Amino acid sequence: MPSPKPTNTKPLLTVVDLECIRGDNLLFSGLNFSLYEGQLMQVEGANGSGKTSLLRILAGLSRSSEGQVLWDGEDILKQRAVYFAQVAYLGHTLGVKTDLSPLENLKIALALASIPFDEVAVFRALELTGLAGKEDVPARSLSAGQKQRVALARLLVCPAKLWIMDEPFTALDVSGVSLVRDLLENHLQRGNMAVLTSHQAVEVRGDVVRVNLSDG
Amino acid sequence: MWQFLHKMASPKYFYDISGKWIPWLGGLTVITLLAGLYYGLVKAPPDYQQGESYRIMFIHVPSAWMSMFIYVLMAMWSGINLIWNIKLADVMTVSSASLGASFTLLALVTGSLWGKPMWGAWWVWDARLTSELILLFLYLGYIALVSAIEDRRTAARAGGVLILVGVVNIPIIHYSVEWWNTLHQGPTVTKFDKPSIHLSMLIPLLIMAVSFKLYYLTVVLMRARTEVLDRERRSAWVRELFGAKPAS
Amino acid sequence: MLQAFNAMMKRDLLLAFRHRGELANPLLFFFMIVTLFPLGVSPEVVLLRKIAPGVIWIAALLAALFSLESLFRSDFEDGALEQMLLSPQPLSVLVLAKVLAHWLVSGLPMLLLAPLLGLLLAMPERAIAALELTLAIGTPLLSLIGAIGVALTVGLRRGGVLLTLLIMPLYIPVLIFATNAVTAAAAGMPIAGQIYFLASLLVLALTLAPLAIAAALRISVS
Repeated sequence: MPSPKPTNTKPLLTVVDLECIRGDNLLFSGLNFSLYEGQLMQVEGANGSGKTSLLRILAGLSRSSEGQVLWDGEDILKQRAVYFAQVAYLGHTLGVKTDLSPLENLKIALALASIPFDEVAVFRALELTGLAGKEDVPARSLSAGQKQRVALARLLVCPAKLWIMDEPFTALDVSGVSLVRDLLENHLQRGNMAVLTSHQAVEVRGDVVRVNLSDG
Repeated sequence: MWQFLHKMASPKYFYDISGKWIPWLGGLTVITLLAGLYYGLVKAPPDYQQGESYRIMFIHVPSAWMSMFIYVLMAMWSGINLIWNIKLADVMTVSSASLGASFTLLALVTGSLWGKPMWGAWWVWDARLTSELILLFLYLGYIALVSAIEDRRTAARAGGVLILVGVVNIPIIHYSVEWWNTLHQGPTVTKFDKPSIHLSMLIPLLIMAVSFKLYYLTVVLMRARTEVLDRERRSAWVRELFGAKPAS
Repeated sequence: MLQAFNAMMKRDLLLAFRHRGELANPLLFFFMIVTLFPLGVSPEVVLLRKIAPGVIWIAALLAALFSLESLFRSDFEDGALEQMLLSPQPLSVLVLAKVLAHWLVSGLPMLLLAPLLGLLLAMPERAIAALELTLAIGTPLLSLIGAIGVALTVGLRRGGVLLTLLIMPLYIPVLIFATNAVTAAAAGMPIAGQIYFLASLLVLALTLAPLAIAAALRISVS
């Protein structure tokens, strides 16, 4: 378990006695940790150790069988609207509609996050993620890595305090991997937080804490 | 009272206390059942119109009551589970479903058996029988949904939403079927509407109703106990319970 | 909130438009089921006229279920549903937008096709008018109620048959009042009572169904 760092006053995200059972399997139990501003948490563990389940619980998509996830000291399930406005989740399924263009995908994401459409910011995000020139083609014709970049552009246009990313480096080429790393480092430097799982050994500079689910 | 309920909701406490109740409830079920059947089948006089065949009422009417009663109970428990996230509530809902479906089926079968001498047909689209049939569909839908979802907690919560939707709909369905029935058959006096029922028939009917409720309580507690054990099999108290047994 | 509602609806209409080839399928389904009855029962006009309201309504009911099944499927598969669930906007508003968009592309065309089916089954004109009225109130009801079942079964393989089992019993009141209104209209009787009843069911469904759909989605996508 990572030791909480007393540099900041209070942890924003706290996990208390979390237990997760899926079907008949106990994935993890008695999980406790805190995450402070500017910290990145790397979730480690073997296949099937519950990394994705943990991330889904943290995102507020799944329920834990025991325990709580606290945001700013309060249970996230009791303040969904507040919590969701500060969290972005990037899962295995990207949430990119393949029948819509990257631009249309970002427009709907903005509307769902109730952020007004700002053309300059959106195009800058698309350019930054290497999608310049692909704004108006249906996402269906993009490669897997490019679709992932659309999802990354979504993270850029909808500012969130906490990024929860499940395997953000898969399907990306070398430039894609360094793009995600840069985005993460930039994100952390501005005092934001991230939780991610990853099979690749990608070094993200910053205040990185680790939690290993296989340790039990 | 609140404290008692809270304590009751802990699986271990529930397991212990229900184990103590079950023999008593079971005993009372047998006593009331025997008494009800004796008064109903032997003591109560034959009906002046229907002769002996009316006696199936002593099974049919309590089953029909139970079929509704259990559905409403399940809705209450589902509500409790969805709002306060109390595990025992979903154990009770899941354990009640097949009992509710069985009572509904019993009401349908006895209704049909009763119908044969009454109407000369095994099935008549009578309002109450039709409502009962739709209720059976609702129960079966619930059971199908819960068994289709692998994760138990998810299954119970999903089933809970379905039950709550169903309980809002039941009065509407019931009213529409009544209305449809009067429209197509004219306001006939159905066999179930007794303007006044003689005391010698009412008493056995009520005893039977109590007996059915006790039966339900006994069986639902037994089922819930098994379900609790199965769900909690990783916890210390269950291990202790079964780990200690071979030694003694 | 209204903005998110509009954006969601526009998105779904746009998606439907990009797949416009598929829009006709439920309609054809509706049409074909009705066609089976004269072939399977009898082409005799008196009989057809008598069973027409029931036939058309049962076909509408099946077609509604058939088309609803895919309401959340693509969103579930590509993860867009997760993003919806994680939106700070109230989920019930977003699902209402989806159901409305779905009704516009599947329920509304059924309304346009129904008079033709009425003619095929030899319905008198005033009965066709009543049929349109009941479908106008009834098909959104079918969509709202059906969407609850779709939300409950969205993560399941072979959810289709299960969906039918869950939802059919809940459709019965709509079926009873709608067919009765059409039958009554054919006989020249007033139908205001039935229509008011259907309308109040619609109001009830509009207020409660989105909440149930939202709750069901949160449970299914966990």
